[in-house]
Amino acid sequence: MSDPMRIRAQVQGSGAVVRVLMSHEMETGLRKDAAGATVPAWHITEVVAALNGKTVMTAQWGTAIAKNPFTQFTVKGAKSGDKISISWTDSRGDKRTDEVVVA
Amino acid sequence: MSTRREMLARSAAVAALLAAAGVLPARAQAAWNKAAFEAKKIDDVIKALGLAKPVESAEISFTAPDIAENGAVVPIAASTSLAGVKRIAFLVEKNPTTLAGVFDFTDAVETSVSTRVKMAQTSNVLAVAITGDGKVLFAQKEVKVTLGGCGG
Repeated sequence: MSDPMRIRAQVQGSGAVVRVLMSHEMETGLRKDAAGATVPAWHITEVVAALNGKTVMTAQWGTAIAKNPFTQFTVKGAKSGDKISISWTDSRGDKRTDEVVVA
Repeated sequence: MSTRREMLARSAAVAALLAAAGVLPARAQAAWNKAAFEAKKIDDVIKALGLAKPVESAEISFTAPDIAENGAVVPIAASTSLAGVKRIAFLVEKNPTTLAGVFDFTDAVETSVSTRVKMAQTSNVLAVAITGDGKVLFAQKEVKVTLGGCGG
C-alpha cells in the first residue's frame, strides 16, 4: 500500500491553509525503463478534500501533475480542532485517506 | 469437492482482486474526464470539458516561475477574486497531454490553489477559471524549461 500523506492545516485569518504532500509515483505512461519497455501510466486521478466529513474541494488530475504531488488550498471558516481529510484514487483503483486536525 | 459456500467466498475474493487490479473500475473513476485529459491541444481540452471560448482576464492571479530548472517539478498557483468561480484548470500547452489538473471548489474554500506540474519543454502555462454561470476566463504565462520532466 501507499505511504501516508503529509498534511498540514493551520489557521490563518478567517480560514485554514491546508498543505498536502502525497506520496505517489505519478507515472506518465511515456517514460521507458532500462529495457526500453514503456512504463505504464499510473497516477492519481481524483482527490477529495473534506472539512469535518463534508466535501469542500475535489480535483481531477492527469499525468502532468508532478511526482509526489503537492497542493495547497484555503478552507474558509475552519477553526482549530476541525478535521480536514484528504482522499485520493489512482488510475489502478488504489485509494488512500488521511486526516489531520486543524492547528 | 468444494461446497457452495467456499465457491462464493472464492468468487468474492476474485472480484476483490480484480477491483484492486483496476479491471473493475471504481465508481468514483467514472467521473474522471478521460477525453479532456488525453487531449493534445488547448482547444480540444476546452471542448472536452464542455466550455465556452476562454477570454483572457487580469482578475486571475497566476503565479509560475519564469524559468524552471527542472521540468519535473514546476510550482504553479492560481487565485482569483472573481465571484462565482467554481473550477480552475491548469493547462500546459506543449505537454504531450495538455490538461494537468482540474480543481473544483465549493463555497467553503477560497478560489485559490497551488500545485506542482511536470513540463516537457518550454511552453505557455494557462490557468483557466470557470464560473458557475459558464464564463471561462484565463491567465497565462510562459515558463522556460531547461530540463524536461516527461519521457527521458
